[in-house]
Amino acid sequence: MDERRFKKRTIFLIVYLVFAILPVYWMVNMSFKTNEEILSTFSLWPQHFTTDHYRTIFTDESWYSGYINSLIYVAINTVISLGVALPAAYAFSRYSFLGDKHVFFWLLTNRMTPPAVFLLPFFQLYTTLGLMDTHIAVALAHLLFNVPLAVWILEGFMSGVPREIDETAYIDGYSFPRFFLTIYIPLIKAGVGVAAFFCFMFSWVELLMARTLTSVNAKPIVATMTRTVSAAGMDWGVLAAAGVLTIVPGAIVIYFVRNYIAKGFAMGRV
Amino acid sequence: MKPVNQKAWLLVVPVVLCVAFSAILPLMTVVNYSVQDIISPERRVFVGTEWFKAVMRDDDLIGALGRQMVFSLAVLAVEIPLGIALALAMPAKGWTSSAVLVLVAISLLIPWNVVGTIWQIYGRTDIGLMGAALAALGFDYSYTGNATHAWLTVLLMDVWHWTPLVALLCYAGLRAIPDAYYQAASIDGASKFAVFRYIQLPKLRGVLMIAVLLRFMDSFMIYTEPFVLTGGGPGNATTFLSQYLTQKAVGQFDLGPAAAFSLIYFLIILLLCFILYNWMQRVGTADKTEAGHG
Repeated sequence: MDERRFKKRTIFLIVYLVFAILPVYWMVNMSFKTNEEILSTFSLWPQHFTTDHYRTIFTDESWYSGYINSLIYVAINTVISLGVALPAAYAFSRYSFLGDKHVFFWLLTNRMTPPAVFLLPFFQLYTTLGLMDTHIAVALAHLLFNVPLAVWILEGFMSGVPREIDETAYIDGYSFPRFFLTIYIPLIKAGVGVAAFFCFMFSWVELLMARTLTSVNAKPIVATMTRTVSAAGMDWGVLAAAGVLTIVPGAIVIYFVRNYIAKGFAMGRV
Repeated sequence: MKPVNQKAWLLVVPVVLCVAFSAILPLMTVVNYSVQDIISPERRVFVGTEWFKAVMRDDDLIGALGRQMVFSLAVLAVEIPLGIALALAMPAKGWTSSAVLVLVAISLLIPWNVVGTIWQIYGRTDIGLMGAALAALGFDYSYTGNATHAWLTVLLMDVWHWTPLVALLCYAGLRAIPDAYYQAASIDGASKFAVFRYIQLPKLRGVLMIAVLLRFMDSFMIYTEPFVLTGGGPGNATTFLSQYLTQKAVGQFDLGPAAAFSLIYFLIILLLCFILYNWMQRVGTADKTEAGHG
């Protein structure tokens, strides 16, 4: 009976994975076809295999600079998010203080603010500060949803570390910064990895704010792609190739943190 | 109990400053707009609550809100059970578990407008696999022409995109159940269903609350994917709240009404968030005392 049960589960899993992979496969498939083939024939794999679309992206600056811009602001955002979230998460997990629960809830509400609500104010704010079309502007705007998430995840991990460790370190004469950097952070490596992964992911996939706050110099790849759809007609091949390339950084990151992801949620603020 | 230490505030200050900069300042700007009629940057008239009244009577807005609620509930009704089933089916050990984990997570890592683009192509009857398959089966499928098809396609896209989040959460929750529970169940001769109903489901309650909360809120804010896929159409069948707001604020440049709308939108989310959060906290604590661990 167990055997049959096992098989049913496996079949369900395989069906789901096919459902999950097919749309991605279709894009990969298209990215290797010529534009004529994409539009004229329906084929399950490329009949005239070509890497021209990828060559276009890697040689045309308006394309590849998009990837570089995205990576820059995602990196800045991840660093700032973790930098401010680590001490705060420590405070939330270790101490009670005036209004701690309210501040925590307020942080969570920001995770749930629709970006569309803040588009115009952001535009005005960053124009006033002279930060429009810079990487730092997008990185700062993305703090809105990444900082609360990072605090949330890190707090869960930190609560899993026994408090005796802190006390022993203080008795041994460690100052707080030294204890925090040399003892505590290595203990919650996995949590930092998971939080970094989520910051990376949500900043990488966000379009609305990134597009509003940039025009040329810091234009992210996601925005470059939307313009191609509307302006240059339908260059489906290049679009598909660009889409495939946007998955690559995320796939690399998830491969490295795959073992932590499950753990991260299990220990989270449940 | 955690020791009381007001100095801990010093550690929280950077976060508060960061988030205040990207949340409170813009929010104040929105409040400022919502009570003024901005004719030009120099000419502004204070209009009080006029925009709020106008927005509340806006039939298009109420339509968008209705569509939004139906969509968000449909998202939960499909993604939560499917995510649980998927988590139960995912292998727990060995190389297959890593491989399946990465494959399942892939759709989460795709930029949202690329998700829209993928489905835009995928659903076309001439060049897309799904569209062509449906057409070959004899369906008169068209996500650009038929409102029901468009709505279902957006829902299917969301299920494809976000079910992995629910699955990963539940997968993590399942891994946290000690083996002793399963051993006890097998000694009692419990059926698979009983194991699920009395061991796995109660233990998943915590992560499920988070999954429900995140999915509800995120689907309530959905913008990019339907924008790319259908542009809100045909008609306004897939125009959800964010889309309607952006049309008003950016498209028509109606700053006052758009700001009032933003605030109402924000308050709706805040209210739902508050209710769910408190519910989550209560259920979470009940779960902890019942299971006897902290």
